Amino acid sequence: MERISVFSGVAAPLKRSNVDTDQIIPAVYLKRITKTGFEDGLFANWRQDPDFVLNQEPFTKAQILIAGSDFGTGSSREHAVWALRDFGFKAVFSSKFADIFRGNSGKQGLVTGVISDADTEMLWRAIDANPGLELTVDLPAQELRLGDTVVSFEIDEYTKWRLMEGLDDIGITLQSEEAIAAYEARRESWKPKTLPAKGV
Amino acid sequence: MTEKPLTLAEKLWKDHLVQKGENGAPDLLYIDLHLIHEVTSPQAFDGLRMAGRDIRRKDLTIATEDHNTPTQDIHLPIAEPTSRAQVQALRDNTKEFGVRIHSLGDENQGIVHVVGPQLGLTMPGLTVVCGDSHTSTHGAFGSLAMGIGTSEVEHVLATQTLPLKPFKTMAINVEGTLRPGVTAKDIILAVIAKISTGGGQGYVLEYRGSAIRSLSMEGRMTICNMSIEAGARAGMVAPDETTFEYLKGRPHAPTGADWDAAMEYWKTLKTDEGATFDAEVFIDADNLDPFVTWGTNPGQGVSLLDSVPDPASYSDATERAAAERALEYMDLTPGTKMKDIRVDTVFLGSCTNARIEDLRAAAAIIEGKKKADGVRMMVVPGSQKVRLQAEAEGLDKIFKDFGADWRFAGCSMCLGMNPDQLAPGERAASTSNRNFEGRQGKGARTHLVSPVVAAATAIRGTLSSPSDLEA
Ligand code: SF4
Repeated sequence: MERISVFSGVAAPLKRSNVDTDQIIPAVYLKRITKTGFEDGLFANWRQDPDFVLNQEPFTKAQILIAGSDFGTGSSREHAVWALRDFGFKAVFSSKFADIFRGNSGKQGLVTGVISDADTEMLWRAIDANPGLELTVDLPAQELRLGDTVVSFEIDEYTKWRLMEGLDDIGITLQSEEAIAAYEARRESWKPKTLPAKGV
Repeated sequence: MTEKPLTLAEKLWKDHLVQKGENGAPDLLYIDLHLIHEVTSPQAFDGLRMAGRDIRRKDLTIATEDHNTPTQDIHLPIAEPTSRAQVQALRDNTKEFGVRIHSLGDENQGIVHVVGPQLGLTMPGLTVVCGDSHTSTHGAFGSLAMGIGTSEVEHVLATQTLPLKPFKTMAINVEGTLRPGVTAKDIILAVIAKISTGGGQGYVLEYRGSAIRSLSMEGRMTICNMSIEAGARAGMVAPDETTFEYLKGRPHAPTGADWDAAMEYWKTLKTDEGATFDAEVFIDADNLDPFVTWGTNPGQGVSLLDSVPDPASYSDATERAAAERALEYMDLTPGTKMKDIRVDTVFLGSCTNARIEDLRAAAAIIEGKKKADGVRMMVVPGSQKVRLQAEAEGLDKIFKDFGADWRFAGCSMCLGMNPDQLAPGERAASTSNRNFEGRQGKGARTHLVSPVVAAATAIRGTLSSPSDLEA
């Protein structure tokens, strides 16, 4: 995973609260055999409406989502995070996230920052006033910067660390590479190997 | 200082510890054998590709096709698009990453849990994982074998390890001698009925006692296979002469000095005298009858001599409600004798009961008999090799003469991902492991049974034990 530090991008306002994972990606998109290419499933039902925010320029290229409270509730499907990521989002801000969604996001390199409801509304107004405005996300400082305005956000230390280090679960395990190699060095020779193939 | 006595599960844990977890983090365990099939692997491979990672140990990884594969006309392309795409993805992925695969038509193609032991890859003292809950089957050899999810499949592919939290241990003591017609399947159905489908949650089960010791490896696999139906993470049996005998000479079994070294270690693989389990269960094998399920989970089972239970007899309100719902789905009336229940289909197959001994046992019962009118019987060997072996022994002819359908290997009607399904409302006696609503087809009704009960049922048309045929 990419290391995340400071980045800027177009921010899209999603003026809805209680956005569950069924809205983020409907169940029909779950039958696939890939882990990528879920951008078409993102908010698929809402996107049928030409007026939906992500159908409007410049939000078709948004990288930051400012959403209402209780984002990511419902089923635990990881596809919700994949869909946001594949669409191009690198961060979502809301005053409240569902726990599982937040956990899944951290594992996939999607920043989820908690901001106050007042800041959410303030950001929505600022974007409405100037839709192309780039928002800067400063993960080390836990700050959002929009012109002169600075909003701080919350994120737990562990998730912040793994995002900044660019570590997924596998990456974390691979930090124990030496211990794994040492174990392999002392593994018994009688243990089975599938290669070269026998019995064929 | 003497070391603390350990259970078998604790020994295996200790011997696979790569790194102890600190501050509440899970332990990191080494994985000796990783089995792969088409349903739970595509996104794991895709994840590797996205992250630019390779498989750490291709030589500890093996794939086969089972869940989606057709059991007839296997030379034709798979008709259903999702099934075809999953199988094709497995073929492409294993090719790209250099993983050994046994595809449809190959002698070692078949249900992943039948293929591992058949090749001699499954052996005592290993950690075995697969993206499939019935991986517990491999515990029959005295290994720690667990089902895992797709993101864990990716984790094992990339690191050959898994972060795991320790489990509790439960001893299932089965003492005594089984009566004729009573089998390993009846033991495990009785165990699950006793401890319930949630009773094993958080535990690794160790099956012990004289009745377990006297079972063949295949019987032990049947038992360990269904550990997951009691909610357990894994099930195991300590290895003994039966295990070593089974393994010796199999393609991947150790040879020469390796065999001796392995044997030295394998003989230490038992629960130490004085070790304590977190829970213990006792089953009396002497008085066990053939067991069958009446409901919609594997814990809803009774002796075949019994009747459909009355939900009103349950004191627990949740259990009572579950029983009521199950009876409605199964279209059964309390008090009906189990032996009076008429079936439409008999399915002999699945990773629980489709190995050669299962086919032999069923064939011995039907040989020279006539199938009941209106009953369909489908025999699906667990692997292509089992099929060939059965054909070499002439079992296929016995099944065909009887009027049964003789099929190619795969999961088949166990879960109906391929065209082998029951019609809505149809009732089956099935040697598989799950009788959930809709498992074998939308609206289908499943009674879990042993292979010999399946055979006797096909002859009489109603749930029956072999002893019913003597009259
Ligand atoms: S036979 Fe049934 S239980 Fe076994 S692996 Fe296949 S689908 Fe799963």
